[in-house]
Amino acid sequence: MTYILKPQLHHPNLPTNARGFTRRDYEGSVSTLCAGCGHDSISSAIIQAAFELDLPPHQIAKLSGIGCSSKTPDYFMGASHGFNTVHGRMPSVLTGANLANKDLIYLGVSGDGDSASIGLGQFAHAVRRGVNMLYIVENNGVYGLTKGQFSATSDKGSKSKKGVVNHDSGIDLVGMALQLGATYVGRSFSGDKDQLIPLIKAGLAHKGAAFIDVISPCVQFNNHVGSTKSFDYVREHNEAVNRLDMIPARSPIHVDYAPGETVMVTQHDGSVLSLHKLAELYDPSDRGQALGFLGSRQAKGEIVTGLLYVDPEAGDLHDALDTVATPLNELDGAALVPGSKALAAINAGLR
Amino acid sequence: MQRTSTWTPDYFHKVVDCQFACPAHTPVPEYIRLIAEGRYSDAYMINWQSNVFPGVLGRTCDRPCEPACRRGRVEEEPVAICRLKRVAADNKDDVSARMPAPAASKNGKRVAMVGAGPASLTVARDLAPLGYDITLFDGDAKAGGMIRSQIPRFRLPEGVIDEEVGYITNLGMTLRLGERVESLKALLAEGYDAVFVGSGAPRGRELNLPGREEARANIHIGIDWLSSVSFGHIDKIGRRVIVLGGGNTAMDCCRTSRRLGGEDVKVIVRSGFEEMKASPWEKEDAIHEDIPILNWRVPKAFTHDNGKLTGVTFEVVKATVDENGKRRVVNSGEPDEHYECDDVLVAVGQENAYPWMERDIGMDFDEWAMPKVDPITMQSTIANVFFGGDAAFGPKNIIWAVAHGHDAAVSIHKFCQGEDVKVRPPPEFSLVSQKMGIHEWSYDNDIANDRRYRVPQRDKAVALKDVKMEVELGFDRDTGYKEAERCLNCDVQTVFADNLCIECDACEDICPVDCITFVKETDEATLRTELKAPALNLDQDLYVSGALGTGRVMVKDEDVCLHCGLCAERCPTGAWDMQRFTLEMTHAGAACQSR
Repeated sequence: MTYILKPQLHHPNLPTNARGFTRRDYEGSVSTLCAGCGHDSISSAIIQAAFELDLPPHQIAKLSGIGCSSKTPDYFMGASHGFNTVHGRMPSVLTGANLANKDLIYLGVSGDGDSASIGLGQFAHAVRRGVNMLYIVENNGVYGLTKGQFSATSDKGSKSKKGVVNHDSGIDLVGMALQLGATYVGRSFSGDKDQLIPLIKAGLAHKGAAFIDVISPCVQFNNHVGSTKSFDYVREHNEAVNRLDMIPARSPIHVDYAPGETVMVTQHDGSVLSLHKLAELYDPSDRGQALGFLGSRQAKGEIVTGLLYVDPEAGDLHDALDTVATPLNELDGAALVPGSKALAAINAGLR
Repeated sequence: MQRTSTWTPDYFHKVVDCQFACPAHTPVPEYIRLIAEGRYSDAYMINWQSNVFPGVLGRTCDRPCEPACRRGRVEEEPVAICRLKRVAADNKDDVSARMPAPAASKNGKRVAMVGAGPASLTVARDLAPLGYDITLFDGDAKAGGMIRSQIPRFRLPEGVIDEEVGYITNLGMTLRLGERVESLKALLAEGYDAVFVGSGAPRGRELNLPGREEARANIHIGIDWLSSVSFGHIDKIGRRVIVLGGGNTAMDCCRTSRRLGGEDVKVIVRSGFEEMKASPWEKEDAIHEDIPILNWRVPKAFTHDNGKLTGVTFEVVKATVDENGKRRVVNSGEPDEHYECDDVLVAVGQENAYPWMERDIGMDFDEWAMPKVDPITMQSTIANVFFGGDAAFGPKNIIWAVAHGHDAAVSIHKFCQGEDVKVRPPPEFSLVSQKMGIHEWSYDNDIANDRRYRVPQRDKAVALKDVKMEVELGFDRDTGYKEAERCLNCDVQTVFADNLCIECDACEDICPVDCITFVKETDEATLRTELKAPALNLDQDLYVSGALGTGRVMVKDEDVCLHCGLCAERCPTGAWDMQRFTLEMTHAGAACQSR
């Protein structure tokens, strides 16, 4: 952590976005995490993504649980809504908030402990229901706040800082998200912002349950030889299946690659995902193939990254519930309490 | 692009923009920190070591440091470096005990100095403690040169001059004041081991226009007039005064006129207002004293009524750009203008004059009749005659005179010790970590957001009544502290050890001014465009590391670095460290001799 506030002075040529904000305007308070924490890089990527998407800070809701990762919403978008919930309970609070006001952009930030241990059930159901959100897991494979025990996502056979070998199987949240019906699934690495920023941007623009698993080395407790979530290990075993460029709706489309190598996917909101293939046979529109590919590479110790699956036409929980266009929190008394005549009519219809 | 060489002082010295810009390389951030700590005497002595006249310069310096100041690139205005120097001088304790003692024994070498201005006094200060037998000659009755004769008392009180000249003359030397050197040949014949010429640029440039001769009684040469005012020979001027010229002398002339009875005082200058040579703050001060500055007017003639000056006629000009893109000043087509006045002060430049140097004694002169002087050794074509200050390369300013003096003192010392004056040891430097704890530094790294403070001035009505009453009151201690806190501590360097870096990006993420980028190495021009914030200021260097684990390099653009140390605080491996850079200039003495 740091004792001084980040100076207000900024680069004189710092660009502004369509809303007149600089990237610095999307910052939060100074991080209190350990120096070098991967989570800080993810915060920085979120800041950059929100800046590039010209997002209105007052229309964003950041929700998190408990843990190092769940502290991070304090460190970005200080002018947005935030809710630091109970351990593992972020998904249900987010679901509730989303039901009440569907107009906000929901960003859930969680960690491997918060989502794969105590909150596994919550994670599963929020994804399964297709809540319109971007759910980011800052995955360091270790319980950092309690000084370095294995977490539920630690790989079997990996070593702790003290040299203990993990005998439990690791939970693969990406695999789970795919099985549970997430309509946008990606994996990235905190040390590769070129890949991470477009993934976050496209995830924020996606309608439906978007999930990104971000490997984020814990410099203090999980960055040693024998760890499978260290900077060195991830850099060595990172297999990116594609490179994503996210083109916001109504922006001119410019693609750098020859046709055939690049797939263009238009999302619900009009944003275009330009996917440059790196793995020749990988098709991010095929959920079954994605699961198989992940499994085979995981067995070889590779970490598959990139946009792994996307359903651009996906719907969300509000579609399924057929709610009205107006956010529920804006409905007035007359709309919410239609009166005894309306009740009688409903009852009559059920007889 | 080549990995940055940090094993010589050159790279890090350039990062300290103020110190690099100062001709005498005063360690500015170091003394500003001492002022913030209230250690005024220490701050004063650091200044005194480098620039010899902190109290004088704290009021009159041309401040090459301030336009260079990094603070001016991240917000509107630089740190008020010059006036902070005055804070040190005003608030110090008695420092006489900290001054060098006169040499216990003489070394047998005799050195003569021609002129007792800032250049000669600097040489004398550097050499006297080494045991040289020094003789200072000056035509004026007191030592100080242009500091005393040309700078008006309302900008620089006599007490400050007496004190700082006194620190030098107390070192033990022979003063031959009121004695103008009329012949270099005769001086050399007196058998001095070395002669230093620091006689300034004593001749005000003449303006030979129609009417000059006839109206001569009311047309005065600026620097001569200022000198007469300083020495009390002149104490009044006409009600309407025109000052011709746009330099700092012109500003001193017009402001002095306002104090000697000039009610309607104008400065009329041939250039545009922006192009005037005067420092912006001096123009500001003149305007504040109700002195209009009229620009684009070229004087054509002095008008007079039977020898009694009545005014000056001007051609009105304008600037245009010709077909070759060159800027030219041409007649504007407007009719000539005539301004009435009682007196004219001509401040259109200064010239060197060496009527006292014989041309047959081995001294070579160049095509502009200036003696040939080596810009590094300050040596002339007569091996034991050295130059400095305005006498060397024409009119500059006090701080340049001091810098020349230091260089000449090194040469004289080496010359007198039988060494090659061209072999000059480079300055010594050191880099010392400022880490005090996990997140604690020896300097205040919390960047102040304050804007530049203005120096309070005496009430105008009072100030204009007395030519000897100092106008600027100087910062009080509290304001001095606040202004000192604006300094970014650029001498506390960001030092990067590439073998420790794990490329976690923490420094890149935290940097408030986007200085740091991890990027694939390429040539400098490309690199400058590929950084997180493009490095468009080509005067500022890029700090490039060796290759890192992923094959990338760390590139830091020094341009707007706040030296806040957050990169080092967020670095998990200590690859970044904040290290204080100290540059020890080589002054005359053991350090400058062959090692």
